[in-house]
This record gives sequence, C-alpha cells and structure tokens, in this order.
Amino acid sequence: MIRIFKWGYLSLILALIYLPIAVLIVNSFNAAKYGNKWGGFSLQWYQKLFNNDALIEAALNSLTVSIVAASVATVIGTLAAVALHRYDFKGKGLLSSMVFVAMLTPEIVMAIALLIVFITLGISLGFVSLVIAHITFCLPFVIIAVYSRIKDFDMRMLSAAKDLGANELRTFWEVILPLILPAVLSGWLLSFTLSLDDVIVSAFVTGPSYEILPLKVYSMVKVGVSPEVNAISTLLLGISLVLVVVSQLLIKKDH
Amino acid sequence: MTSPRPLLSLQGLSKTFGSSRVLNQFDMTIYDGEFFTLLGPSGCGKTTILNMIAGLETSDTGSILLDGQDITGIPAEQRPVNTVFQSYALFPHMTVFDNVAFGLRMAKVAKAEIPARVREALEMVKLNHLADRKPAQLSGGQQQRVAIARAVVNRPKLLLLDESLSALDYKLRQQMQIELKRLQRQLGITFIYVTHDQEEALSMSDRVVVMNNGRVQQLGSPREIYENPANLFVARFIGEINQLRGEVVSVESDHTYEVKVEGLQWQLQANHNFTPGTKVHVLLRPEDLRITYIDEDHKDQFLTGTVVERSYKGSTLDSLIRLESGIELTTSEFFNEDDPSFDYRPNQKVAVNWVPGWEVVLPVLQEDDQ
Ligand SMILES: Nc1ncnc2c1ncn2[C@@H]1O[C@H](COP(=O)(O)OP(=O)(O)OP(=O)(O)O)[C@@H](O)[C@H]1O
Ligand SMILES: [Mg+2]
Repeated sequence: MIRIFKWGYLSLILALIYLPIAVLIVNSFNAAKYGNKWGGFSLQWYQKLFNNDALIEAALNSLTVSIVAASVATVIGTLAAVALHRYDFKGKGLLSSMVFVAMLTPEIVMAIALLIVFITLGISLGFVSLVIAHITFCLPFVIIAVYSRIKDFDMRMLSAAKDLGANELRTFWEVILPLILPAVLSGWLLSFTLSLDDVIVSAFVTGPSYEILPLKVYSMVKVGVSPEVNAISTLLLGISLVLVVVSQLLIKKDH
Repeated sequence: MTSPRPLLSLQGLSKTFGSSRVLNQFDMTIYDGEFFTLLGPSGCGKTTILNMIAGLETSDTGSILLDGQDITGIPAEQRPVNTVFQSYALFPHMTVFDNVAFGLRMAKVAKAEIPARVREALEMVKLNHLADRKPAQLSGGQQQRVAIARAVVNRPKLLLLDESLSALDYKLRQQMQIELKRLQRQLGITFIYVTHDQEEALSMSDRVVVMNNGRVQQLGSPREIYENPANLFVARFIGEINQLRGEVVSVESDHTYEVKVEGLQWQLQANHNFTPGTKVHVLLRPEDLRITYIDEDHKDQFLTGTVVERSYKGSTLDSLIRLESGIELTTSEFFNEDDPSFDYRPNQKVAVNWVPGWEVVLPVLQEDDQ
C-alpha cells in the first residue's frame, strides 16, 4: 500500500516536471499544425526552421555571444579565483562576499543597472553591450566553481613547486591549472548555458540591430506558439542536455 | 680531518605567528657536508626553521647566509635548497616519474638527461617499478620515498628533510637511513633533518640540536647529548631516564662531590660547580643501572627496592623497581641466558646500583618542578 503510494507520488512529480516538455518534443515532430491531435510523424517543422533565415541568424548570434561571453568570463573568473585563494590583500573578505551578492542579485536589477551603465558610457546597444552584460552575470558562477575546487588544495603542494624551482607562472601552468581544469570547464559550460537562454538582461541591453534567439522566440510566441518554436526548443534542450552530461562527467572524473 | 667550512648560517631569526612567538633570536651554523638534526617536541618550531631556510616562510628579524651569501631576500625557487615535506606534497596529477622530473625540468636540464637521472633517483628509493603510478595509488611510505627522490634528484647544496622517514616500517626505515647516509657521503649534500625520533637522530647525525619552545636547549654530537645532557629537558627528551633527588654534602675535588641520595652517600661526578648543601638531580639511564641480590655486608653501597615488573624486550630485559622511598626506577639489561641474575621475580627484594661516573648530576632549578 505504502509502496504504491510512494511510486504514485514520485510519478506525479515527474509528470508535473516533464509532461509539458514531453508534449513540446512530441509536437515538434507532429505533422498537424495544432498540437491537440496527432497528425503523424514529420520533420517538416525542422525543415521550416532551417529555411527561416531570421531565426537561424538569431541562433548564430546567440551562439557567438554565448561562446565569447563564456570564454571571457572563464578566463577572468579563473584568474580571480586563483588570486582570491593565493594572495592576501585588504578587502579580500568583502570581495568574496560581493561575488555571492552579485550571483543573488535579481536579474531585473542587474539588467537596469547595466543599461544605465551602457547609456552613461555611450556604448551602443548591440553585440558589445550584450557580451559585456553576459560576462557580468556569468562571472560569479565561474569564480565560485573554480574557487570551491582550489580551496581544497594542499597549499604545501604549491610550496613544493616553488621549492623545486617553479616561479609563479610555471606553478600556475604546471600545477594549478591541470588540477582546476575540470572546474574551469564546468564553469565555462555553466556560463554558456546561462548566457544562451538569458532573456531578461538581454532584452534590456540589446538593440534592434542584433537579434538573439531567446528574444526572437519570445516575440514569435507572442503571436501564438508555432510548431517551429517547438522544433527550436527541442534543439536547445538537446544542446543543454549534452552540456549537462559533459559537465557531470567532468566533475565525476575529478573524484 | 680538515676543519669544517660553514655552509649555512642562521643569524638572529625570530618569528611570531599572531601572538605566539615561535622563534626567538635563533642562531645556528651548519657545516658543509654534515648531517645536522633538529630534534624537539611537536610545535617547537622545527618546520618553521626549515621553511625559512627554503624561503617558504619569512622571518621577522635576522638573516640567512648560504655559502657566505645573504639569501634572506632570495625567493624559494632560486635557492639551491630542496625540501622533503612533512606532508609529502606530491603533485597528484603527475605520475611518480613526472613528479621526480619536475625539478629537473624547471632547472632546464637537457631533455635527454632527465630520464636517466629520474631512474637513478627512483632506484635509490627502490620505486623504479612504480614510475608510472599516480601518487594516489601509492602507500604512505611509498609517497614519502617519492618525495625524497623528487628532492634528491636536483642535487641541491642543502637538503631539508622534515620527518621524512616517519611513515616507513622499521626495516624500510633502516634501509632508507643507510641509503640517505650513503647519498650524503656520495653527493656531498648537506642534510638538515627534522625528527621526533631521538633514536634516529642519534644514529644518523653528525650533530644534533635539541630545541624547545623555539630555543636551543643543547647543541652537540649525539654522544654528548646522550651522555651529558645540558639540562633536565634534554635529559628527559633523549631516551628514558631515571630521576633521583640528592644534596651535595661536600666537595671532594674538581667535579667530584659527595652527594646524599636516598639516604646514602655517593661519590658522584658532575660538570657543574656545586657548593655543599646544593640540591641536585641525579639522572641515570636504565641501561646504566645494575640489579643484584641483596648483600647484607655492603648494604650502604646499594639502593634497595622491590621488583614490580619484568618485561622481555627482545634483546633486553626491562625491570621496574620500587625503592623503599616509593620512587620507581626502570632498568634495562642485556639479555644473557646463562646469567642467573635473570631469575628475579616480581615482589623479590633486590639491590640496585650503577657504574660509577655514568650518572648525570644537574642543579635543581625552579622551572624543573613539573
Ligand atoms: N602559518 C602559521 N600560522 C600560525 N601559527 C603557525 C603557523 N605555522 C606554524 N605555526 C605555529 O608555530 C609553532 C611551530 O610550528 P612548527 O610547524 O614549526 O612546529 P614543528 O616543530 O615542526 O612541529 P611538528 O613536530 O609537530 O611538525 C606551532 O605552535 C604552530 O602552531
Ligand atoms: Mg613540523
């Protein structure tokens, strides 16, 4: 009796989470235009998607922004985490708590703040402003991912490298980097996914000349959910899934 | 023997961590090619001294000279000094081979030369067969040996070893002790060795410094330190020792005194100058004590007591004797099957004395009272 209840309860929760997504995926392969009945399997929406130049361009723009933002955030964030760990300086404690504050700041607040900065500095809204904004909200995640790895380091290992004749730079390349690489990569993947599906900040800081996928989809959905949107969502889901699996594997390999 | 050339000189080193003073005006000279040991209880500042010599820790005051050159401000990576760390500190992502090769690569040793040198170092610690393993796949003792190979391979002028044999079993430890001594002679490397293990310190070192609370208690050859401890701390720290109280009765001649111990008068030797009436410690090593049957005619030449316990320790037989005053003495005699004196039973009354002149007599100081 209890077992049946347990299984039923779990199934209900899983259904609540995954049923809408499952419907979306199924509908992306549904030949019928309206998702309330099954019209047979078809790839026509995918075909239509790839013929929709505006949508494809937005997707490529999104990928470009995400790759650039994730990469820059990873480099800056990794160096920041290493510095936070290795050097003692005034205001170190304040700085590390600020990282958490930045991560917890409501997106809408960050969006408005960034917009004000761009306008004040006269940066035109488009690719550059998008990349800067995305780097800003990805940075704390990279710093925390790398820092939580590096703080478990045996510091004496770094002393040993020094003792054996390695200067700061070589110690970083030969000892620190190989050991934090999994955290660096998972920081990159996390940044990439955060950046790829960001709507709120992007909506504020991009201009009409530079369209990106989440915003494009958003504007399409306003007119009604077209099956093309189902198709592109399914593709995005696929990419995210692959990235999640890869980052999990990296973390696992680590232990 | 040529007169020893100073290699390293520590001058007035002090270090304070927070509010605790770990080192206080520490001075020390270490000679070229010697095996020098720092011995002292946990937390007395041994690792701190090694770190300062290696350049991994700064001192608040004082300077360090290597080969007559002031290296106080030179960073660790440029000092011709290598360390075998207490915690091994191996690089977990590198194989044993790469760990050992690290220092050679940093020193830009010719690529072709590296494998042979690494093999040679691994040969010395008997780990050639594990060259491809990662540190996590090694036992503690094997990791310790990798750490030794990783430091030795660089042929530094000065090798610092921080309790580097502590994780090894008895047999391997002895092998490594011999191996390290051989290395020291062969390569002419000067060793500064840190250990808790006084037996190891005595058997390996040319000179030993006994430290406590960041201060030198005694500096000397192992023999001097064992046979002539400068104070009660050294006497107690190095080996087991029995402690009796006495009072100087009269001065016989230079360094010879008539001393009253346990109600009897003894003629004792001391390196100190005492006046009659001075209270003294009379210290006796367990192996310097002799147990015999009670001889009624010479009762005034022996302490008398009861056997409390006898324990067989392989090559020696240890006894615990309770004197009439209640003080307990530990004795240690070499095992001899043919000797009837090995028949003492617990509760038996026996006489105890010692080889004249082997006692250590120290003045009683205020801080001695435990
Ligand atoms: N970085 C540090 N910060 C604060 N205190 C320290 C630091 N390093 C060492 N100490 C303190 O300095 C004292 C001496 O430490 P040290 O490591 O030199 O002792 P040790 O003689 O090597 O002891 P052990 O035999 O246990 O290794 C200890 O009381 C220790 O707590
Ligand atoms: Mg130590």
